[in-house]
Amino acid sequence: MIEEKHALTPNKWIDNYADYLYNFTISRVNNSDLAKDLVQETFLSGLKSAKNFQGKATERTWLVSILKRKIIDYYRKINTKKGQAEVRINFYDDGENKGSWLEERVPQNWDNASEKQIEREELRIQLEACIDKLPEKYAMVFRMKTVQEFETEEICKELGITSSNLWVIIHRARTQLRKCMEDNWFNN
Amino acid sequence: MFRNLKITCDQATTICDKNQYSEAPIKDKIKLYIHLLVCKICAKYSKQNTMLSSLYKGHSQYCNDLKHCLSLKYKEDLKALLEKTKNKKHLN
Repeated sequence: MIEEKHALTPNKWIDNYADYLYNFTISRVNNSDLAKDLVQETFLSGLKSAKNFQGKATERTWLVSILKRKIIDYYRKINTKKGQAEVRINFYDDGENKGSWLEERVPQNWDNASEKQIEREELRIQLEACIDKLPEKYAMVFRMKTVQEFETEEICKELGITSSNLWVIIHRARTQLRKCMEDNWFNN
Repeated sequence: MFRNLKITCDQATTICDKNQYSEAPIKDKIKLYIHLLVCKICAKYSKQNTMLSSLYKGHSQYCNDLKHCLSLKYKEDLKALLEKTKNKKHLN
């Protein structure tokens, strides 16, 4: 059977794929300006490397693979940014009681939790604000895993990280997020 | 034998977080449940964690229902930029 070869039609890229790529990007980086930049760079790179397109994949798949590389580059950039100290809060003892809760970080009671959950919209806004306070790479991995519900393997492949790396990030993100929600919502 | 089942609060909460996505191995889950029997703080963390997971789930549904669109103006600008780049490429 002869396989159908796909062709590139750059004149139709914006109409056919701009919104799709934009949604794809925003679900990963959650920043509209950055998402726009990455989509623009994807189209420009697509034009530059059009001669390498072999027609085995569809045009959209090919553009997505370029975009994925741009997202990895961005992730690596935020991961290695010099001078940007990671806002990492310690929750566990490093000394004699290694791995035990630090007294001042022990989870507090959330007596008003069910009452507080009723205020849906405000809750959502507060949660989004807390996610935004996370270090950028934590927020990105947390969003991909928890909000967009990607498979672990897929995230590791897309961001070039190991699964144990991913779980450490998720754990730190969730612990910081829990504390932020406790301080700003449940005990407020 | 039981010494191997002993874990710290840091390890317990890590497993607890992984378990929220149903991805903790059975051996880790046993260690976690044993730890939760003796550690009230982690038991509280675990209970609140489950609650937070349902909150995140609701947020996830909300976000996934959102569809983002680029403005027409932005698309026109992008088209012009691509056209310009293409012409430049042809000239070279």
